[in-house]
Amino acid sequence: MLKDFFQKKRKYATIPSEQAKKDIPEGIMTKCVKCGTIQLSKDLEKNLKVCTSCGYHFKLSARERVALTLDDGRLFEYDHDMVSKDPLQFPFYEEKLIKQMEKSGLNDAVVTGEGTINGYPVVIAVMSYDFFSGSMGSVVGEKITRAIEKATQKKYPLLIFSTSGGARMQESILSLMQMAKTSAALKKFHNEEGLFISMCTDPTLGGVSASFAMLGDINLAEPGAIVGFTGRIVIEQTIRQKLPSNFQTAESTMKHGQLDKVVQRSELRDVLTQIIEIHADKKVSS
Amino acid sequence: MAGELSFEQPLIELQQKINELKQFSQEKDIDFSEEIVRLEERYKKLEENLYKELSASEVMQMARHAMRPTSLAYIHEILDSFIELHGDRLYGDDLAIVGGIGKVNGIPVTVVGHQKGKDTKDNIARNFGMPHPEGFRKALRLMEQANKFGRPIITFIDTPGGYPGGAAEERGQAEAIAKNLMEMAGFRVPIISIVIGEGGSGGALALGVANKVLMLEHSIYSVISPNGAASILWKDANKADEAAEAMKITARDLHELKVIDGIIPEVLGGAHRDVKEQASYMKKEILHHLTELMQQSEEEIIQGRYMKFRNIGEFMFISDEETQQS
Ligand SMILES: [Zn+2]
Repeated sequence: MLKDFFQKKRKYATIPSEQAKKDIPEGIMTKCVKCGTIQLSKDLEKNLKVCTSCGYHFKLSARERVALTLDDGRLFEYDHDMVSKDPLQFPFYEEKLIKQMEKSGLNDAVVTGEGTINGYPVVIAVMSYDFFSGSMGSVVGEKITRAIEKATQKKYPLLIFSTSGGARMQESILSLMQMAKTSAALKKFHNEEGLFISMCTDPTLGGVSASFAMLGDINLAEPGAIVGFTGRIVIEQTIRQKLPSNFQTAESTMKHGQLDKVVQRSELRDVLTQIIEIHADKKVSS
Repeated sequence: MAGELSFEQPLIELQQKINELKQFSQEKDIDFSEEIVRLEERYKKLEENLYKELSASEVMQMARHAMRPTSLAYIHEILDSFIELHGDRLYGDDLAIVGGIGKVNGIPVTVVGHQKGKDTKDNIARNFGMPHPEGFRKALRLMEQANKFGRPIITFIDTPGGYPGGAAEERGQAEAIAKNLMEMAGFRVPIISIVIGEGGSGGALALGVANKVLMLEHSIYSVISPNGAASILWKDANKADEAAEAMKITARDLHELKVIDGIIPEVLGGAHRDVKEQASYMKKEILHHLTELMQQSEEEIIQGRYMKFRNIGEFMFISDEETQQS
């Protein structure tokens, strides 16, 4: 079934994300999911998809994130064509994969590659919540690992934007093992004195937070982003108590010592540049 | 037999029949010995086949059996001597994880394992084997110590998962697990992990980045509990049996998927029937792998472990699909 899909896809090949973007009917007005304020979509867009009233940071797709982060939005993409298999022949997995591809215009939940930020080259990986809730299966694990290995080789700083509901259940144990694979690659990267900036966006949970997302030299997050291991609903069911409304928000997670800094979307490029600059000249001058 | 599971009912019934017949033959002084021998042979066959062909959900019941031997039970059987060590030096001593130092056949080792309770009271103290961050950090501290002194590490995996609680989140559950994964990947000493019961999610893997990962025959290892998967995937927690089959969680499945390196057979009827015997099977495997790994250089140990996990994952490229089809 996946094979048929790819054949079809090839016929319409090279209709990348631009088309997918246009296919989604954009309303003139957008309602903030947080405060309910209705605002012109155009204004929201101009404000980097941050609510003009309450400052809520809307979720961004991987493409949008790349456009905002890299110089001229230019990404030299790695492994664009890598796609999931259905190794366990899990019920309805192929159907779901196809649906997610059509919906998001992506081949899986992460886009990786290299680009520059204010002229500094970086290896970048950007997860997308609109593909399978950003769940990590073999493709996410492999693409992230390859990106880490590229950064190790090229001695570039590594920047990962995480967003994930957790593991890709349809790949079961193989998805769990991606946590070990990515973390092991980071061990080598850190041994080589590489700089890893981990940026947690809403939400970063489960197997992604319990592996690479929490292993940055510097862990950043977007305002209001949910960052944790187990999701609120499961915890509330377990402890049979309601959790406070700010539970696991980036601000609260930082207060508990798990994050270095919460960064506004509008300031991110500057903050990243500053961090990279400080590490650019790491040799002690003699 | 104690602690029978529902699928063991046919065995129990047959045993009852045999007992009744024996009693009857004694009371009435009639010779049923031929019939009894026949039934006993049937029992033996039934027993052998039953445990060979357990479904995934039946294996799950075995793995979670209330009498299933725990890490400490195996530690005491397998090690010549053992000193338990406590605490993460940062926050507390999480009893859901035990660890310490000792010797196996004269070889100094560090052992770390999840620890479920023997009874309700013990289980409450040990939080049913579900660690908080301080548990994972205790494990890491002991493993780092092993790495310093060049001692091999043995871990026993047996947990439903990291504890899903507010305090665990606030103290950095995600970071604690992640850190273990990363640091275990870099240790210069051999690591052998054995899943002895339930290998639940990231909390299990946090002790599982090993050179050799082995599983007891009736243990499970999965990314999420089948109950959890069923309620998320099909909005129906009652479909746990179906989820268990689909998720491929048994030792045999994982061996076929090349995620684990070997299966350690269990005594007939499950590990809880004879802990000593079970421990002897495990000790043999541990010694076999230890001697092999201890001959490798540090570089080989690190690289071998790295490649083992580096190679896990199934994916393809659209362009390959195209070439194959055109
Ligand atoms: Zn708002």
